[in-house]
Amino acid sequence: MSETTTAAVPWNPKRSTPGALARLLDNKAFLVFLCLLPAVGLLMVFLTYPLGLGIWLAFTDTHIGRGGVFVGFENFESLWYDQVFWGAVFYTLFYTTVATVLKFGLGLWLALLLNENVPFKSLIRAIILMPWIVPTVLSAIAFWWMFDAQFSIISYVLVDVLGWRDTYIDFLGTPWHARWSLVFANVWRGIPFVAISLLAGLQTISPSLYEAALLDGASSWQRFTKITAPLLMPILSVVLTFSVLFTFTDFQLVYAITRGGPINSTHLMATLAFQRGIPGGQLGEGAAIAVSMIPFLVLATLFSYFALSRRKWQQGGNDE
Amino acid sequence: MASVEIRAVRKSFGGTPILHGVDLDIADGEFCVLVGPSGCGKSTLLRMIAGLENISGGDIVIGGKVVNDVPPKDRDIAMVFQNYALYPHMTVRENMAFSLRLAKAPAEVMEAETSRASRILGLDPLLDRYPRQLSGGQRQRVAMGRAIVRHPQVFLFDEPLSNLDAKLRVQMRGEIKDLHQRLRTTTVYVTHDQIEAMTMADKIVVMQAGKVEQIGTPLELYDRPANLFVAGFIGSPSMNFLPGHVQDGGFRPDGLDGAAASLPLPTQTGAGEPVIYGIRPEHLRLDEAGIPVTVQLVEPTGSETMVMARLGETPLVGAFRERISARVGDTLRIMPDPALAHLFSKGTGMRLSA
Repeated sequence: MSETTTAAVPWNPKRSTPGALARLLDNKAFLVFLCLLPAVGLLMVFLTYPLGLGIWLAFTDTHIGRGGVFVGFENFESLWYDQVFWGAVFYTLFYTTVATVLKFGLGLWLALLLNENVPFKSLIRAIILMPWIVPTVLSAIAFWWMFDAQFSIISYVLVDVLGWRDTYIDFLGTPWHARWSLVFANVWRGIPFVAISLLAGLQTISPSLYEAALLDGASSWQRFTKITAPLLMPILSVVLTFSVLFTFTDFQLVYAITRGGPINSTHLMATLAFQRGIPGGQLGEGAAIAVSMIPFLVLATLFSYFALSRRKWQQGGNDE
Repeated sequence: MASVEIRAVRKSFGGTPILHGVDLDIADGEFCVLVGPSGCGKSTLLRMIAGLENISGGDIVIGGKVVNDVPPKDRDIAMVFQNYALYPHMTVRENMAFSLRLAKAPAEVMEAETSRASRILGLDPLLDRYPRQLSGGQRQRVAMGRAIVRHPQVFLFDEPLSNLDAKLRVQMRGEIKDLHQRLRTTTVYVTHDQIEAMTMADKIVVMQAGKVEQIGTPLELYDRPANLFVAGFIGSPSMNFLPGHVQDGGFRPDGLDGAAASLPLPTQTGAGEPVIYGIRPEHLRLDEAGIPVTVQLVEPTGSETMVMARLGETPLVGAFRERISARVGDTLRIMPDPALAHLFSKGTGMRLSA
């Protein structure tokens, strides 16, 4: 057998002087720049450019197929006197507010139920998630069918099965019916997100806190208001922000079910912007409507950032 | 303050029995420790006293009143949880005053009670901090403060020290005992650590697999363990057990023969049946006339020397005051102190010697 352990072979590594590239890569500022480049590039191409282009278009009179010129605030001026635009603003706010309140009310209720020891918990959880898994347009078509003036199953049940009404309901033919129908569809679609997120939040609350509160003499309502609610608030605020943003910028449901009708009563700002910009060809005006959403969104984000941000008790350390 | 009586209490989860009829009397002002290995039902029993678990059978009596169907908040007890269960969104002050606030106590009562508790526990500088900003020992103290504020009839502790490091555990052990001596509130304390049980308890209840193995003062359990389980559980390092039989007025370990391998008996009992001879490591001494054991490991700790050895095939641990320079494989001659040896029946595990 050969010797496996021999004395180390003498070897004096030559200290080489680093090349120009190596020295450049050792430069911290250059390295930071280099590492940031891909992220910044992606942001520029996919975020900043479309957003910038949209904002620029809002200040031009561009039509599809015809380049426009800068017109200053002309688009916004005309929107100011546009009843349809203000109708869309009103409905967007109505839609967002009502749908968010309902989604949170029902979502929290579902989450609280699922946090108890109910039988078939995981099955129920899976069922609850379904509305969220189905593609929006698919569920929109289902709702369209359910809200149909002639074939609606809801009308059928109310009129022919239960006999509570004499006439079929024209869900999508009258403004307020259509508005509420869309809110209903949005709530149906949005509940899973709220319920599952809040359930995750509830599950982070230690059961022993409830036991301690029980021994401290808290009733179940007090346990909810004094333990559950404050401890759920951090995740609630995040979910609320997301939910408001998603609902405010909703497009698919409304466009697939009503296309903004009847008589423009269910136009959201997003659908109106698309309607004016693409089928209507008025890119500039469509962009102006879209840009008008920005202040609302910034406001909603700031609200959640400041009013609902991390509380003092969540922070560690001795930061008094 | 009140006494606690547990009468034939049973508990099953689903069809699985957890507690098989536990009887226990805790006198007013007593510090009672429930100790046993994980899963023996000690925490379940504590939670049943607290009212957090319902009772499958038997009665729990606090202060002369059966509380089986009394809700937890009306049992007049306070509990310290293993993870402290401090409300993270409340300051120390708010945590301690929470029960009073729920009871709609006047502001001056809340103030007086919280400052009394914080004075007792040295929490004054921390009153406006949140639990996150506290160390483990401080959180432990706040949890105790929350209990003190309520002037409960009974304190319940559920493994309160197991989340602390070793040094802090010793310190908090002292603080809890000191607190009990000052307040003299009846206390039920659950732990799996027999040293905690030995150092703190007025009365120890050793439990295993849902049954009470023995109830007694710490030294009673140490001196006269009722069975093999208690003998092995109480004391550290644990007792040596040598299987064998009684012959000619002495104990002969299995697998060894010759007169040299006879050990003196504590009492003349157990002839004719297989027995277990129990001797604590600290009750062995070196003796030229003793039985030979083979050294396997020597651990000097300074104050004493631990020797792991074998008697035939049976492992044996000895703790000696003298310094031993034996090496692995050497033979030592050791002799048990017959007055401090124990004899158990091999079949039933019960104590034979008086």
